[in-house]
Amino acid sequence: MSTTDTVRPDPAPARPSRAATRSLRGRPALYTSYASELAIFNTGTKKFWVGALVVAVLLLPFALQRDMVALVATVFVFAIGGIGLNLLTGYAGQVSLGQAFFLGVGAYTAAVFGGESSRGVIGLGWDMAIWLPLAGLVPALIALVLAPLAARVRGLYLAILTLGLVFIGEHIFKEADAITGGAGVGRAPAEPIFLGFNLFDRYEVFGYRIDRFTTFYYACFVIFVVMAVLARNLVRSRFGRSFAAVRDRDVAAEVMGVSLLRTKTIAFAISSFYAGIAGALLSIIIGRISPETWNFFLSVEFLAVIFIGGLASISGAIAGAVFVVMLPKLVNNLTGFLPVSSGVGQGGILNVFELQTIIFGLLIVLFLILEPRGLYGLWIRVRNYFKAWPFSY
Amino acid sequence: MVELTIPDEVAVEGVETGRPVLEVDNISLSFGGTTAISDVSFDVRAGELFAIIGPNGAGKTSIFNSISGVYIPQQGSITFAGEDVLGRRPESIARLGVARMFQNIELFDNLTVLDNIMLGRHNHLHYSLLSAFLFAGKAKRAEVANRRIAEEIIDFLDIAAHRSFPVGMLPYGIKKRVELGRALAMQPSLLLLDEPVAGMNVEETEDMARFILDIRSELGISMILVEHDMGLVMDLADRVLVLDFGHRIALGTPAEVQADPAVIKAYLGEELG
Repeated sequence: MSTTDTVRPDPAPARPSRAATRSLRGRPALYTSYASELAIFNTGTKKFWVGALVVAVLLLPFALQRDMVALVATVFVFAIGGIGLNLLTGYAGQVSLGQAFFLGVGAYTAAVFGGESSRGVIGLGWDMAIWLPLAGLVPALIALVLAPLAARVRGLYLAILTLGLVFIGEHIFKEADAITGGAGVGRAPAEPIFLGFNLFDRYEVFGYRIDRFTTFYYACFVIFVVMAVLARNLVRSRFGRSFAAVRDRDVAAEVMGVSLLRTKTIAFAISSFYAGIAGALLSIIIGRISPETWNFFLSVEFLAVIFIGGLASISGAIAGAVFVVMLPKLVNNLTGFLPVSSGVGQGGILNVFELQTIIFGLLIVLFLILEPRGLYGLWIRVRNYFKAWPFSY
Repeated sequence: MVELTIPDEVAVEGVETGRPVLEVDNISLSFGGTTAISDVSFDVRAGELFAIIGPNGAGKTSIFNSISGVYIPQQGSITFAGEDVLGRRPESIARLGVARMFQNIELFDNLTVLDNIMLGRHNHLHYSLLSAFLFAGKAKRAEVANRRIAEEIIDFLDIAAHRSFPVGMLPYGIKKRVELGRALAMQPSLLLLDEPVAGMNVEETEDMARFILDIRSELGISMILVEHDMGLVMDLADRVLVLDFGHRIALGTPAEVQADPAVIKAYLGEELG
């Protein structure tokens, strides 16, 4: 084979020097080592804009009202759950309607280990450093038990199976009074006290008053960033590739040495871990959790996050979370200009909630038809257009 | 192809002794009342290019599916590298060193050429889930090291220009090459090629034939070739197995098989009266 004389991008060093890993000036797409090409932020532009975004997010609470701060914190939580679902549905191709169940399990695990006990409801009052990992691990363990069952079916059948999970879960949540407080009553969520610090309390830092929502906003942001980076790492590893292989061609994946059962089980467990963490944090933002919260519609909202944001993309799940959480607020603000009433039973053609539901459904349909890759796909189109600008090709 | 020159000790030893890598003994496979394979036996020696031919529906692809564990024959035995593989899961057979190229391209369409080939390296990447989450230490080292091997294969198959494109967008001939690359990335000791030149023009066929010859001479990988292009089969193969309606009707060198009356009958029919 006369290939030895071919120029290759990586001349050899196992541990390239810092200078070697930096791309050449003006050639952002020219990599001089495999390690630098494999990096998450493999161009200077990406580094700059992600850095700018992080700074903006850190400064945001000072510019927003309290309810908006809580809403943005909800975005982070939805992004965590959305990333988890995208690992399972977007990457591994296993459509799951069961996300709400695992969010619920996470919320109640957190509440049992981290909440206060009162009036017949169990609460151990442990530290967040213990209950937060447990809120992820318990749903992941349940997923491990269910995975052999779920791995046997695919497509529509898996969707129905996971849908059943939501209804069984809702029933269990309503009946298990000692854990959930029971139907219509609910219970207080876990206390976010991390190593002695209450993350849901007001603080004074350098003369600035930081209210409790802002404190929790930062906590959610840190957890979200960590989990997003971990997920991004996972999808560029052999596990991420095996997810995609199972999604695209399961028979070929097996013949390549990828075990279907193992891969689906891992995807299911990791997805449930993310859902559990999201559920625990969401329950704290909501303030009081009732068994009815973890219903089918919450699952659909998470599916909307990944369908609108973009399947098989971490940044897509984040964009989708922003969209899904912010849309109701936007619709609310628009009601002044539209012939809709602000509440149920106040006349008008539609009320706000109906309008929200209609817009949601419409958007999912439009995205599926026009841009199946979601907001991430739109971004790719814009980027590719400007890559070649001012030429069309 | 430094890393790939000596793919497996088993295969290299075998070239010298010519002992069989794969032994298929009296396998029969049926789906309900339809018999796909009946009582077929053959063996493939180390370093050999073994061809299976036969009219459509003769059971060629069924034999491949049986070897790679997708189908499980009801009778007989299949021994690969000294181990009985009948009834094993496909991924476990793949781990033993059987790689495969499919008749109808079975690439992972949404992944890039590079990721498809890296999937061929799946069994050579052993880092843990935790390491993957952090993408540091062992995971990163393994990814970079295996990336080098993937690049060697990309160079060998001359598909560097398509490296970062999703496979679904590529033309047919390139897809076939990517599929061959993905199989080679597994560093197999037996490579199953299911119609590698189907639907290709003369030039593409010649390219593929050259790749097959290179794989045999430089990597010493044993191959089973299923192909309808008789010119290619007769030129390349060491031995040919002819199937008809699931039965073995001939086995021998290309010249022997071509002269076999049963083969002529199966392909051309016989004179009346």
